[in-house]
Amino acid sequence: MSGEPLLAIDGLRVEFGPADAPLAAVKGVGLEVGAGEIVGLIGESGSGKSLTCRSVMRLIHPPGRIAAGSIAFEGRDVLAMSAKELRDFRAHEAGMIYQDPFSSLNPVFRVGEQIVETLRSNLGMGKDEARKHAVELLDGVGIPDPERRALSYPHELSGGMRQRVMIALATASRPRLLLADEPTTALDVTTQAQILALLQRLRAERGMAVLIVSHDFGVIAQVCDRVAVMYGGHVVETAPIGTIYEQAEHPYTRALMESVPELESAGKRVRRPGIPGSPPELTEDLEGCVFAPRCAYARPSCKDVSMALEPVAPDHRTACPVRPFARTAATTGAPA
Amino acid sequence: MSAAATEPLLVVEGVRKEFGLRRTLGERLTRVVAEPHVAVDDVSLSVARGEILGLAGGSGSGKTTLARCVIRLVEPDAGRIVLAGEDVLAAEGKDLRDLRRRMQMIFQDPYASLNPRMAVGTAILEAGRVHRRPGSEDGDAFVRAELERVHLSARLAERHPRELSGGQRQRVAIARALAVGPEVLIADEAVSALDVSVQAQLLNLFADLRDELGVAILFVAHQLAVIAEICDRVAVMSQGRLVEIGATATVFNDPQDDYTKALLAAHPHAHVAGAAAKASGLVDNAGA
Repeated sequence: MSGEPLLAIDGLRVEFGPADAPLAAVKGVGLEVGAGEIVGLIGESGSGKSLTCRSVMRLIHPPGRIAAGSIAFEGRDVLAMSAKELRDFRAHEAGMIYQDPFSSLNPVFRVGEQIVETLRSNLGMGKDEARKHAVELLDGVGIPDPERRALSYPHELSGGMRQRVMIALATASRPRLLLADEPTTALDVTTQAQILALLQRLRAERGMAVLIVSHDFGVIAQVCDRVAVMYGGHVVETAPIGTIYEQAEHPYTRALMESVPELESAGKRVRRPGIPGSPPELTEDLEGCVFAPRCAYARPSCKDVSMALEPVAPDHRTACPVRPFARTAATTGAPA
Repeated sequence: MSAAATEPLLVVEGVRKEFGLRRTLGERLTRVVAEPHVAVDDVSLSVARGEILGLAGGSGSGKTTLARCVIRLVEPDAGRIVLAGEDVLAAEGKDLRDLRRRMQMIFQDPYASLNPRMAVGTAILEAGRVHRRPGSEDGDAFVRAELERVHLSARLAERHPRELSGGQRQRVAIARALAVGPEVLIADEAVSALDVSVQAQLLNLFADLRDELGVAILFVAHQLAVIAEICDRVAVMSQGRLVEIGATATVFNDPQDDYTKALLAAHPHAHVAGAAAKASGLVDNAGA
């Protein structure tokens, strides 16, 4: 990444519960997304990945709150924006899609009308222009027979078609960043592949950056340039997707990848160990590394780990100072 | 596959299930009879003791409806279902109750299938007592044994479902199903909602139940990779029809049907980028 990133999150902390005894779900997350880059945020339930994503749009609802940190979009502080600035930011610069497109679409309006409404209020288009453009947008996200489909109600569309409508809505004003929170989790694999291809096409055509939140390494591997792995409210490792596969440094990343079932196992007897134990509860206040209690490589010094990401190679950072998988032959000049 | 996996325990023959669609106003006025939706269309398959048969397919392919037909949660319109020589569809009253004991279902969401107000030990014991299982007179020992079988600590018996993690809850649902001594387990997307680190452990548990108890498992899943990991054979459904069935390795490595091919092609390969690394031995902490 060269120059200033499109999106820079630093030290983000999201808390719940009373102010004098807060429960932190996101504990100092740092993440950057460059212009036109597709970044994956992967983690298991409760890791804080969705909250991190929603924080960018300031969609953390009380009693949840962003307690610390900064979120900069092209250098502008998102957390300091006024209501009007925030509205403009959401309308023009960042779009968001969710796991369940059915609950984000209004069931009593035709999908075309919903896009027209968005175009008129966000882009100030006239009725006829907006109608014409809505059909173009539906066509652009690969909906066949868009004139007719614009007249459909959400319940008349399949899950994949609804997600396409959501993408058309979220990208109507050509945002430079699309936040996609588990965009394909509710979809069939064939539909999933189409939606992921669509996101890649929008990136290629418009240079739109995408932050994809997912629990599925398959999804991440298919589309992402770079990935950040989250566990227990921290980013524990970040690297280009190829590096993660070839030489992941954090034991959690390794354990997670080794748990992923593979088609290639067909006919073989495989036993994956999974990860023993369960992720930390919000109420647990762990000293040092949050993964240490479940880590096969934990040692006493893990109690003093700060969870800060340290570089091990250009564009590859990990929060694990133990680095049990570091290449022994040639230590590549990374700080130990 | 274990040695006993030869003679089929559960046989499904020509099962068909139609769902009537509501007619539009126009159709009602003109007295047009709407074509019913055929959810399961003439499906035949069998599962042997000590075998896991995967049932794959996209959403709406009819895999769940077929699974429900097998234990008559949904009454099929046609066909035969035979468990160890007994006709499941003809059974009534006491016989049906007993057949349902011998075939247990595990659902995707254990939170919805466990009573939230009942401690998990009580739930397991109740299942055992209703079916008068041997050993269920001694409540504590029975519950402990059933929990241990799914690798849960007996201390969890006092807990309520909300106090358990997703993986623990699904283990409890399996323990309760096993408490009645079934010969067939029907797992309907039983691991789909779990995180992969927990999912891996549950898959090991299903493999153990197959190998140690010799139960036959009909394993419904939309994730082909999950099926690849534990199923001996796989059946692929599309639009209500069975399009392909065979040994998992054969079907996945050399699919014959176009739908199976498309499904496999669309399946995300988590290790596309990692395949090369694996070949060079980098994945397991080796120097380059």
